[in-house]
Amino acid sequence: MRALAIAKKDILIYYSKGPVVIFGILLPIFLFLAFWIGRDLPLNFLMAGLIAMTVFFASTSVSPVVAPWEGQMRTLERLLTYPIDVKTIILGDIIASSIFGILLSAIPLAIAFGVGISVNPLIILGIVVSAVCFSSLGLLFSAYPSNIPATVMMISALVRFPMIFISGIFIPIDNLPWLGKILAFLSPLTYFTDIARFCVGLKPFFPVYTDFAVLIGYTTLLFVLSVKLHEKALLKRI
Amino acid sequence: MAVIKVENIEKSFNGKRVLKGISFKVRKGEIFGYLGPNGAGKTTTVRILTGLIRPDKGKAFVCGYDVAKEPIKAREKVGVLPEVSNVYPDLTAWQNLMLASQLYGLDKKTAERRGEKLLKEFGIYDVRNSKVKAFSKGMKQRLMFCMALICNPDVIFLDEPTSGLDVASARMLRRKVLELRDEGVTVFLTSHNMDEVDLLCDRVAIIKDGKIIAEDTPDGIKELVGGSVAVEVRFDREVDFKGEKVGDRYVVYTTDPNETICKIVEFAKSRGVRIVSINTRSPSLEDAFLKILGEVA
Repeated sequence: MRALAIAKKDILIYYSKGPVVIFGILLPIFLFLAFWIGRDLPLNFLMAGLIAMTVFFASTSVSPVVAPWEGQMRTLERLLTYPIDVKTIILGDIIASSIFGILLSAIPLAIAFGVGISVNPLIILGIVVSAVCFSSLGLLFSAYPSNIPATVMMISALVRFPMIFISGIFIPIDNLPWLGKILAFLSPLTYFTDIARFCVGLKPFFPVYTDFAVLIGYTTLLFVLSVKLHEKALLKRI
Repeated sequence: MAVIKVENIEKSFNGKRVLKGISFKVRKGEIFGYLGPNGAGKTTTVRILTGLIRPDKGKAFVCGYDVAKEPIKAREKVGVLPEVSNVYPDLTAWQNLMLASQLYGLDKKTAERRGEKLLKEFGIYDVRNSKVKAFSKGMKQRLMFCMALICNPDVIFLDEPTSGLDVASARMLRRKVLELRDEGVTVFLTSHNMDEVDLLCDRVAIIKDGKIIAEDTPDGIKELVGGSVAVEVRFDREVDFKGEKVGDRYVVYTTDPNETICKIVEFAKSRGVRIVSINTRSPSLEDAFLKILGEVA
């Protein structure tokens, strides 16, 4: 219940801003167009990538900067004096970020329906699980104890952008060299991209239940790590 | 009955000892002033008592809860007005207050009833739907006070509550502090405003370099400086006079005001300056505070 209050606060303050929503929509579309234009790729392969990128970028767009912003705005100390623990704050941040990722995923899904691609309803479950997973990853970026959002954004960008190139979005995992394959296996985005590919009628690299199991495993790991690291970092922010 | 109990607390940051074994108790319904120069350890003490940081040694209890072991339970009984904090500027006053109530776990009906009452009491009900970024510092501070009181706390921690406020807002918050005391709420007040502490506090502790060097009532603290009297004198022009300069006056602390006044008159005659005014007064809490800090140093 208290985590929901944190989530509501985040949505009202951070996620409902026009530029945040527009950036969340435009960035994956631009990346998608940059990759698509001039290449002869099947539309369903591209749509799977667009869905994956949208959920990934939306879920990791704001979550890394909430803690540094709150430290900078001096609202964090007040938050920490309420009868809530760090776990509740992190959970609230993840809920808000996941809702944002899930809502924005409606856009590529609508495009997919618009261009006549049939999408397996399992995609909904995939979007929910991966939005939570990516939000937890976003929270992990902000565990670096800096109150300068630009610093955290830089760390976040350093991880996020390479991830889209090694996660089977633009290049199928089968076509990656062995080192690329190892990196792909380490990326949680790979498993959601795989689910998305399955849902648009393509052959997935892993069995779908494996994708879900790995995503849930990553979510648990990232959440626990985020809580542990934020417990140390939050006090350095005040 | 002690609502706040601190037993031999020690805390270091990066090898620097910030608190060196402090102990004190605060009784129920008491306004306890916690004074000290910047960097003395006041904020660290408050952060330990509100469960934000854990002490290296010693124990602290708030409302019977060990704040290191059960910080959440302790915080449920506590309202906090931190010195360096802010409300969410992009939320309205009402949204900020309701967020506080939800984080205290209040049900919606209770939260709305209390919220409405508090905003009316603090004179910001009419602007409850305005975003806080348009508020003055005084209005923000009133709102933060409401947020600290929404849980009906047994203890409230106030860190520089009237710092930078206009006279009307400061006076209103002081009146509210006294009302809270009358309602049985324990108030832990840190402030640099000695007049405010003198006016409000039942007891005062002075901390310096991580140690409590005095603890008494405000009058008791004043008596600690040895019953001295402050002689204030103003000359008609700048003169090299041995005394503490306060504005255009000089202040001399003495246990023999007669002799001191005679010496000042002799000094004025010898330098050819006129005394514009001269008067004596009892030392204020600020005088005592400075003298205690100086003597111990």
